[in-house]
Amino acid sequence: MNVLATPPKNFEVKPKLDAKGEELGELLEVSMGPHHPSTHGVFRMDVVLDGEKVVKLKPVFGYLHRNHEKIGENISYLANMPYTDRLDYFCSMTNNWAYALTIEKLAGLAVPERAEHIRVIMAELTRLQNHTCLIGFFVQDMGALGTPMMYAFREREKILDLFEEVSGARMMCNYMRFGGVRVDVNDEWIARTKKVVADYSKFLDEFGTFLTENEIVLARTQFVGVLPKDLAVSASITGPMLRAAGVNYDLRKVDKYGIYSRFNFQVPVGEHGDIYDRYMIRVLEMRESIKILEQALRDIPAGSVMDPKAKLRGFRPKAGEVYGRVEGPKGELGFYVISDGSPNPYRYRVRPPSFINLTILEDICLGHNISDAVVILGSVDIVLGEVDR
Amino acid sequence: MLGEQIIKGMAVTARNFFGSYASKERLTTVQYPEERLPQKGNTRQFPFLVFDGDDAEKGLRCVACQICEKECPPKCIYIVKSKDKKPDYKGQPQIYPLTFDIDISVCMSCQICVEVCPFESIKMNTEFELSTADRFGDLLLTKEQLAKPNSYYQKIHPVDAAESDAVIAVEKAKAEAKAKAAAEAKAKADAEAKAKAAAATAAAPIAPPPANPPTTT
Repeated sequence: MNVLATPPKNFEVKPKLDAKGEELGELLEVSMGPHHPSTHGVFRMDVVLDGEKVVKLKPVFGYLHRNHEKIGENISYLANMPYTDRLDYFCSMTNNWAYALTIEKLAGLAVPERAEHIRVIMAELTRLQNHTCLIGFFVQDMGALGTPMMYAFREREKILDLFEEVSGARMMCNYMRFGGVRVDVNDEWIARTKKVVADYSKFLDEFGTFLTENEIVLARTQFVGVLPKDLAVSASITGPMLRAAGVNYDLRKVDKYGIYSRFNFQVPVGEHGDIYDRYMIRVLEMRESIKILEQALRDIPAGSVMDPKAKLRGFRPKAGEVYGRVEGPKGELGFYVISDGSPNPYRYRVRPPSFINLTILEDICLGHNISDAVVILGSVDIVLGEVDR
Repeated sequence: MLGEQIIKGMAVTARNFFGSYASKERLTTVQYPEERLPQKGNTRQFPFLVFDGDDAEKGLRCVACQICEKECPPKCIYIVKSKDKKPDYKGQPQIYPLTFDIDISVCMSCQICVEVCPFESIKMNTEFELSTADRFGDLLLTKEQLAKPNSYYQKIHPVDAAESDAVIAVEKAKAEAKAKAAAEAKAKADAEAKAKAAAATAAAPIAPPPANPPTTT
């Protein structure tokens, strides 16, 4: 038989049988995405449904692939910095920090005190706005169209204004450099940041009244999408997902990169690993971020913001390989770089947190309704710019 | 009571809704084309070329070294070097760009070109209303469109422009001092050579000492 084209078959879909071996009904294969409002970008979930229950789920991604790693190997170390902004476009500051940290390790550059403080401030502001937005998004996935998300975006815009003031762009900041940060902040900016941070706890209180004990939120999130502790560890899940499953693992405490060892803060840990825990972990993390911000803004010393040894033109770190990582808002963001002493890296690899957190999507979605699968995906916190790279 | 928290949540919504009439904190929307927010300090959009003085052709600081072209991450800069030279602000003869094009449909406003430029000649503009009906021609900015006077730069980024002017002034002063020193050295060397020539003619049979004794380092 001459078949020109066979339709792709992703799953062996077999209808369920009753006790006598008769077919009960048909399973339905639904392709959710790539253009579906619930998938947070161009992402596809191939779902097999039995009625409304998910019996099989396959995440399909790669629609936003743009060759980030290969580009990084063909341009200079410095020129790759703006591309790291575009990985996780909500948290460009932490992406910058992870990349700068890696190259500083490779080249042996020291970062001045003031720059370290500025980096911590920027990273924690990023964490605040990322978690706020995420909560807005996933409440929207539950059907609260607009209102909570708009409140979240209103607050986020205040932080983005601070970023724009100092780095020149709201989202694509391109702010950190090897051996420091690009622009120094002034006292007026610090005063404004202090005000934003002080107002943020008020907003979190209001947001908490709005959502935390809301009966609909509780009904939709509690005991849904439970991620067991051992699965989380063996699938190398990181970030709020892992901590919600009950594992106390935060790179800010484990690695103590930058100057995090100086700040007094706690790591919130969940118990059940369901969506509600993931939501709650993020709320509590924002409270801790505010604590760190208050300390960093109080302690920030005067001085230069760049290592005098660092140079922009003709930067050639010595040969070697290095892995640097930070605790991004979504989890462990790592960069692995091999240098052969030339102006561009020999090999450049990104360890994206949201891509690896996505691998257990099927395990936590099975047995739930299709509408819950949407909320579960929202609670994983993915950004497709980072998943596909 | 079931639903109590939902009602409390509704109260938050109501507070935000009615508060938006009273408080600026809760109503942050700006009606854009009519109302505009002031631009932030370090705002950047697309690059432009700075020139000193009034003549864009004569005062252009760019010397076509092509560092920005090489470092540009999306490779949106295209430069053709000149064959001849013209004096720069220091008075030294320098090559200049015959063609300097930036395709702003490719440019990603990352500011790498500004940072790597050793001559303070490319800077970021704050102009953002650049939409055109032509996708290709109008978004490819040529040297003539890119060149902006230094006074414009001082207007949009006062702090950075002051720093950049200071750097330029230092370079200029250095160059002048160097030129002066060179001129003095030349005059001195000339005088010595003259004196030597006179001595040589006076005592011709004796071999003259080597003009440039080898220096030991």
